[in-house]
This record gives sequence, structure tokens and C-alpha cells, in this order.
Amino acid sequence: MSAVTDAAGGAAPQPAHPIGQPIRDSMVVAKRNLIRMARIPEVVIFGLIQPIMFVVLFTYVFGGSMQIGGSTSATDYKNFLMAGIFAQTVTFATAGSSAGIADDMHKGLIDRFRSLPMARGAVLTGRTLADLVQTALTLLVLAIVALLVGWRVGSDGGTDAGRVLGAFGLLLLLGYAFTWIGALIGLSVRTPEAATSGGLIWLFPVTFISNAFVDTSNMTPWLRHVAEWNPFSATVQACRVLFANPGQSQSDAWPMQHPVWASLIYSVLIIVLFRTLAVRKYRSATA
Amino acid sequence: MPGAIYAEGLVKTFGDVKALDGVDLDVPQGTVLGLLGPNGAGKTTAVRCLTTLLRPDRGRAVVAGFDVLRHPNEVRRSIGLSGQFAAVDEYLTGRENLQMVGRLYQMRAGAAKARAVELLDQFDLADAADRTAKTYSGGMRRRLDLAAALVVSPPVMFMDEPTTGLDPRNRQLLWEVIKRLVSGGTTLLLTTQYLEEADHLAHDIAVVDHGRVIARGTSDELKARTGGERVEVVVHERDHIAVAREVLSGFGKGETTVEQHTRRLTVPVTGGAKLLAEVIRELDARGIEIDDIGLRRPTLDDVFLSLTGHVAEAEAQAGESEDKGQSEKETVG
Repeated sequence: MSAVTDAAGGAAPQPAHPIGQPIRDSMVVAKRNLIRMARIPEVVIFGLIQPIMFVVLFTYVFGGSMQIGGSTSATDYKNFLMAGIFAQTVTFATAGSSAGIADDMHKGLIDRFRSLPMARGAVLTGRTLADLVQTALTLLVLAIVALLVGWRVGSDGGTDAGRVLGAFGLLLLLGYAFTWIGALIGLSVRTPEAATSGGLIWLFPVTFISNAFVDTSNMTPWLRHVAEWNPFSATVQACRVLFANPGQSQSDAWPMQHPVWASLIYSVLIIVLFRTLAVRKYRSATA
Repeated sequence: MPGAIYAEGLVKTFGDVKALDGVDLDVPQGTVLGLLGPNGAGKTTAVRCLTTLLRPDRGRAVVAGFDVLRHPNEVRRSIGLSGQFAAVDEYLTGRENLQMVGRLYQMRAGAAKARAVELLDQFDLADAADRTAKTYSGGMRRRLDLAAALVVSPPVMFMDEPTTGLDPRNRQLLWEVIKRLVSGGTTLLLTTQYLEEADHLAHDIAVVDHGRVIARGTSDELKARTGGERVEVVVHERDHIAVAREVLSGFGKGETTVEQHTRRLTVPVTGGAKLLAEVIRELDARGIEIDDIGLRRPTLDDVFLSLTGHVAEAEAQAGESEDKGQSEKETVG
């Protein structure tokens, strides 16, 4: 420990390119989070096990006894199910963001970041972008597993590569939107433990009171309305349409009639709203 | 002209708790101010207000020439903060941590890389540079945290209890680093519960209790306020106490206190060693045999006790059972 640099004249460094700063800062933080993910592969692996388990359990346990659009065929249910599982999986990435950010708060890293001359939203943007990479990876593995158990696009009409990719794009956008909700939760709770459960619990009603696993036309009317207007359902319906998979809702509800637009609008609204709230919370974060 | 760190009437309330109750500070450039006080006194809250992490309810603060509330980003460019917890990413290596902080201080990639190498060397972390911080000892983490705070050689540094929880060897090492830093011209605000640490490192000390600065001055000034020097004598014979008391009262600047069972007499004096010699001669001339005699200067413990009416150390220890520092921070949310 010799010769600590003479600091008397240490002038404040000026930003190199002030315009690109928010993007560059976000990338620095995203890189940091990706390095972490690579060094804690357990987190990524456990993140994969749960959706794969759901694919297998729903396909083989529920497969034979579910009625989809009047059909009780296990193959129809399988093709119906995958859009729901994909959508649920991307939303569960929320828990990762909330736990990660709560952990950073707890360890004092958020304080360090907040004392640095960096763009205000960059810590959260970097985190959500890294989570998006993880979500994409999870989705890829999940799609392969789905194909292995017999899921096929175009099982109920025609589709093409562009439409299938579009569906995955909507899924990633939904996942990205939900990580902003996770960011807000992570900043709002007191402990990482609370963030893990708090980031997850509310996702069960959101993903189950929907068209993901069952035909909503069998629900009681008020519950059906909730399910049909659930932002999550819009993406599921959009995926079924774009994948040309069975069990598409015939409801008159606007999001069910225009699922691609509804999915886009919902996701963008969620991002705008929760990003605003989360960044505001971050600026005054005090844990 | 205000100093490198200047605060005026800072007030911060969390619910019913007044964490800061009108704090004024003025730290001239290139000096060290020790913010001394027990857990929960408001030290951390003061640091958080000065480092833009917390918005004070009232008051004004200027750091490195920039108003903390109006130009927070300029302040952030000019400060380094090392907190109570070593705020490093434990899954990144030492090198990656420093590079990341450099980039976020808006250094170019190459410069951040070079600076990281320099700091790893200076802080004796070169051998551990490419190991994740998770594998570091507590002392190493604290050094990495301090290195991160020094990435841009900021003109103003804040250290919140930098040596809390460190073993004596690592504490010594950090003290060395801090001294070298200050000799290079850095202005430093340091909080501590350790009276010895403030005495050792700080030019000026502000004693904080219940969100207020209750005393300030150099270590010597604070000690002088507590009554300055005292002569303490232990006489050999109990019978000599009365005569010795008479002698001491002749030299003393205040009342002579007597502890009968230990045969110890104490009297506040001014005049230092020269006076002590006179006292010895006089006692000798009167034929009083002494077991022990000395000039005692009050410790900062005495200072704290006389200022607050309670002992700093005792309260600090009580605070340790709660999660350290959490007590002050938990109320924030």
C-alpha cells in the first residue's frame, strides 16, 4: 500500500460523451449483471427447471382431462398450453429483478451507485436488460423442450416464421415490462427475502386468472371479464394467434379481438408506468 | 469562503425521530473532520445528506463548491464515498469492481482499466485482482471499497465508520492509507465511534449526539474544555493526605478531590511539566512520601462523558447487538 495518488488537484472528470451517457451507463450495469449470472449459474438453472416442470406436469397430468374449444384431445391441450407457459415463464423473471435489486440495496451497492455521477435510470435499466437476456435464454430452452414433448406451431391453421418470431418478440416485451414491476418491488421491500416472495406471489393470480391454462369461457362471468382484460391474457392470445395454436378465445372483449395490438399497448404502458415509478423510487432510495 | 464541506442547519426527520436537528459543519480544504458520536447519533444521516443520498428536510450544504440539492451530479463527480458496509459486488473480481466504478465515474474504458491496476497495487490487492470479492477477507473487502471510492482521486472524501469491525492490524493499515490520502491534500469527513480514531486522524472533531453537534474543536481544545490537565498524586501514608491536599490546593486551579481508600488526590492545573516539578519539590520539602505522581490529560472518553453525561463506548456497544448501522438506516424507509 504505497503512494496513494496525490488527490489535491483531482478535478472532477467531465463526461466523455454526455449524450450517450444513459445508454453507456446502462450497458456497464447490464454487463455487471450478466457477469454475475454467469458466475451464479444455479440461478439460471433453477429458473429453467420450474417452467420445464410446468410443461411436463401440465402436458401429462392435465392433458387428458382439459376441454379446449370443445376438444378433449391431449394434443390439442398441449398445443394450447405452450403459449400460456411461455408467457408465464417470461413474467416470472420479475422475481429475479426484484430479488437482485433488493440484494443490491441490502449490500449497499445501490448507495454506491447513487453516489456516482451516473445516469439516474441506468442501474435499473442495466438490471432489466440483463434479465431480458436471461429471459430470452430461458425461452429458447423452453421452446426446445416444448417441441420435444410434441408442441407444434401451425397446428390449427397457417403461420410463418415471421409470425412465430413476432410471438416471441411479444413474449420478450411482456417479460421486459414485468421486470420493471420487479424493479419497483425490489426497491420497495426491506429485505432480499421479502423481494423473492413479494416478487413472485402476485404473479400466481395474474397468470392463473387468465387464458393461459384453461378456456376462459368456462369461468363465471365476472372472472371471465377479469381474465379477458388481463394484460397477461392479451399476450397469450396473441401468441396462440401467431403460432396458429388451438383454443383462441372467441370473446368480444377488445383485447381478445385485437390481441397483438393489445399485447403491445399493455406492455408499453407497463414499461412507461413502472419505469417512471421505479426510477423515482431509486432516486429517493434510502435502505 | 466556505470550506470544502459546508453545512448549515441540516434537519432530517424520520417519523418521530429527529436524526439531524440543525447540524452545522465547516471543513476547510485539505483537513480532516472527525464526526464522533455513538450509534444513532446522526453521523450516517449527515454523511448521506452530504453525499446526495438523502434529501435534508431543511438546511443547506455545499460540497466541493457545489450545492448538494441544486447540483447533485457535480457533487457526485467530486466526491468519493466509503460506507459502513464494503459496497463491492462480491461476484465480480477486484479488478472488475474497480473498472465498473471507473466507467460509472464516466472514465473511458482504457483509463478505467489502467486506474484499476494502479489502485490494486496501492491497496495490496494485486495478487487477488482476478479473484471474486467473495473470496476476500473483511479487511481486503474494506480496502477494495476504499479503492473504489478513490477511483477518480476525488478532492473530497467521505468515510462512514471506515474501520468498524476491522481487526487492529487492518485498522492500522487503513489509518496509514487515510493519512497518506490527507497528506496529498484530500479533504476528508470521517465518522467514527472510536475516540482513539478521531484523536489519531482528525484535525478537528465534531461531537454529535441526538442529531446535534454538541461540541467542536481540535482534540486538544476539547480536552482542555473538560478541565485540561490534572495532577494526580498517590501518597504513601494515609496520614499525609491532609498536608498533601493543602500543597495541591496551592497549585491547583480548582477543587482538589480526594479518594481516601486509594490515597489518591487530583487537582486541575495549568502549567504542565514545569508545574509538576514544582509540586514534587514542595511535597518533598514537606516530607511527604509519594507512591505515584503524574500529569494526566483527559481522554476523549472523559470529553464525551462530560459533554453528554453518558459514556460513548457503553452506548456504542449496546448498539452493536442490533444490526450495526441498521438502527440508523432502518428508520429511513
